Amino acid sequence: MAGAAPEGVTPHQYLENQTRWRRVEIAFWLATLLPFVVTPTYLSLASQIAITALFALSLDLILGYAGIVSLGHAAFFGLGAYTAGLMSKFVWGEPLTGLVAAAAIAGLVGFATSFIIARFRHLALIMITLGLGLLLHEAANSASWLTGGADGLQGVDIWPLLGAFKFDLYGRTAYAYSLVVLALMFLVARRLIHSPFGLALRGIRENAVRMSAIGAPNRSHVRKVYTISAVIAGIAGALLAQTTETVSLEVLSFERSADVLVILILGGAGRLYGGILGAIIYMVARDQFSGINPQFWYFWIGLLLVAVVMLLPNGILGGLARFAERWQGGRR
Amino acid sequence: MNGAALATRGLNKSFGSLVVAKDVELVLPHGVRYALIGPNGAGKTTLINLITGMLRPDTGRIFLGEDDITSLAPEARVRRGLARTFQINALFPQLSALEAVTLAVCERRGFAGVWWRGLPEYRDAADEAHAILASLLLGEHCYRLTHELSYGQQRLLEIALALATRPRVLLLDEPAAGVPRDESAELFAAISGLANDLTVLFIEHDMDIVFRFAARIIVMVSGGILVEGTPDEVAEDTRVREVYLGKAHHG
Amino acid sequence: MIGPFVGVLFDGFAYGMLLFLLSVGLSVTLGMMNFINLAHCSFGMLGGYVTVTLMDHLGWPFLASLPVAFLAAAAVSILLERTLYRRLYRASELDQCLLTIGIVFMSVAAAAYVYGTVQQPLQLPDYLQGSVVIAGVNFALYRVFLVATALAITLVLVAALEWTRFGTRVRAAVDNQRMARGLGINVDRTFAITFALGGGLAGLGGALAIAIVGLDPGFAFAYLVYVLIVVSVGGLGSIRGSFAAAAVLGISDVAGKYYVPQLGAFLIYLVMVGLLMWRPSGLFGKR
Repeated sequence: MAGAAPEGVTPHQYLENQTRWRRVEIAFWLATLLPFVVTPTYLSLASQIAITALFALSLDLILGYAGIVSLGHAAFFGLGAYTAGLMSKFVWGEPLTGLVAAAAIAGLVGFATSFIIARFRHLALIMITLGLGLLLHEAANSASWLTGGADGLQGVDIWPLLGAFKFDLYGRTAYAYSLVVLALMFLVARRLIHSPFGLALRGIRENAVRMSAIGAPNRSHVRKVYTISAVIAGIAGALLAQTTETVSLEVLSFERSADVLVILILGGAGRLYGGILGAIIYMVARDQFSGINPQFWYFWIGLLLVAVVMLLPNGILGGLARFAERWQGGRR
Repeated sequence: MNGAALATRGLNKSFGSLVVAKDVELVLPHGVRYALIGPNGAGKTTLINLITGMLRPDTGRIFLGEDDITSLAPEARVRRGLARTFQINALFPQLSALEAVTLAVCERRGFAGVWWRGLPEYRDAADEAHAILASLLLGEHCYRLTHELSYGQQRLLEIALALATRPRVLLLDEPAAGVPRDESAELFAAISGLANDLTVLFIEHDMDIVFRFAARIIVMVSGGILVEGTPDEVAEDTRVREVYLGKAHHG
Repeated sequence: MIGPFVGVLFDGFAYGMLLFLLSVGLSVTLGMMNFINLAHCSFGMLGGYVTVTLMDHLGWPFLASLPVAFLAAAAVSILLERTLYRRLYRASELDQCLLTIGIVFMSVAAAAYVYGTVQQPLQLPDYLQGSVVIAGVNFALYRVFLVATALAITLVLVAALEWTRFGTRVRAAVDNQRMARGLGINVDRTFAITFALGGGLAGLGGALAIAIVGLDPGFAFAYLVYVLIVVSVGGLGSIRGSFAAAAVLGISDVAGKYYVPQLGAFLIYLVMVGLLMWRPSGLFGKR
């Protein structure tokens, strides 16, 4: 994106140019409507993809933009899922208020833990995020009177969306719901990364020492983005709980934290669409190979991870960008 | 404008048995260009790290103007008008030069935490950043990513980032380190063109440059200040000749 | 009253020694290269499966299979180090995490493919079964054997690090890598050998672990957490720190499961996060 600015551009035009909606983007969002007509039998899968993409987007904000590596991001996804599930069980099944409650709880816990996160970097940070994730997983496992433990939460019942659209077997409502929430959250994230705060996050990722040398309050920036990311992850978890009407312990598992990392890295971190692209590829592949034992599925995920790290350091979108640059360079 | 722009009182720091700062007493008046010289390992960069808060002194106090800043975090000192550059480039490789300086302007003006408005809405921040870059001859290159800039341009960007914080006191750690000799004179010409009320302290090894651009010189040896005076006084000083100039090839 | 308490203490210590063998290699290599090898327990798992294969399919005696477990894990770790890891020493911690998580996933799947997901049976030789009673307290013979082995290895490690030329190189490289290079120490080679040793010890630990905690493909992940706790609490690059941390962790885990079973592993994770927040570089860390 940057670096390709033509001569004679004012600073303002240059910055505006970077935030402009591109044709590919508009085409992409139009294409997300295609499943309704083209593959109506796969709407449940499409809904799962949208939810996973939203989760990956939340990780992208902290990892891709601020450079905070987390091995325990499922904590917030799981918090959101359990909040939405418990809300429907003990209060009412209205989905939108459940979504808001999940966002609030995840955000609160995110804000509380952000004070820890902001103090650490590198190895200690990885251990801490891993430890916090495991802690919450184990807590949910122990508190089986509330969460149902390893058997999962029973009795989740979600009312029709807006009082009119039932969550049907084909996933029409589920996909429409997930897609709208994803699109809204995407708009928020897109605005965020093109804001002064988004620039500050990239500054932290690039060089935290220099950030303090220009007077930046790094810790307060990190706390803010971590909380926002936790809110979005919580919303994603709530969507999963509501559209599938189940919550299992798996929403808090290390595998889920690792999965979302894989998805984001595969698509390309720090590129906003990387998580979405990664989610599409990952979820479609898993659906295609659903016949094989999940144990073996992880063999290919592992191989993929090794291959991406060794051969495609910036993910698929990074590879595509490089390819496009070369192609344009060749034409000149 | 009476009193010092920057002062230290009895600054001490040691790592184990290695003393890196020994009773450093510094008084920099407003608007003066200071050079900080001394043999390698004399503690020049350490002194800058102590003043900017990247290191904590064992004892002693640091004053910026009238304010005691000893207990402030580095970023809080920057916000009060104390900026520095780094001897080894510490930049944002994947940001364009304009983005980097705009970021520093945003931080100074206090809206770098705003996430619900687009960056282009802050047109004057980008314009200010561009003006700073242009004043350092980087105007034409400001849309290029930092890591694509030449080494000399990156050294200038170091200074541009510091200037964007609108400092009252600017500490330059070997601003011309690694820059070819003819270009380093240009770089210092840019530095001497900075606003008159700005207090500048720079570390530099090239004595020609030191004597050309510094109004006063501080000589450090093994963590302590040996001499402080005008270039002529320092050049005449026998102790300085002994420990420093005597070894250098400068006449 | 005292009997069960001493028994729990001893069982916990034996368990801690197992954790020490599994983690000491990671601690030293992390201290030296800052390379985050999350696949360390895969080497342990490999050692376990080597022992099971040798004993069940080829009829080897238990004790003879242990050195082979060590060698196999060491060989595989040096192979991985030379082909993959060494290219990422200067990469970001994220890349290192991703690569090694990828290897864990592959090793888990490979183990499940070859051996299935069931627990592997292991028939201990007669002389390691049963227990001795001293002062009214039961000591399982196998655990006595385990503790003796671990202590012997610890002594050898500490002595080798302290008094051999290779040990000096390792200490120099952990202390200050740049300085060590400046002194003409071939840090890459030293690291490769240390890495193989650490992988081998993990393999030995995995083989010894079967009789106590069992062996299934989940091993690589389940014990990774414990190993990371030992390393982060004990401090990077510190054998003594790892030893102390492993002993404390083993005892508190066994005691916790014995006295407050309803809390499960929760307590351990809580202790880990708390300790890390208090001393981010570990109790015995360099800084």
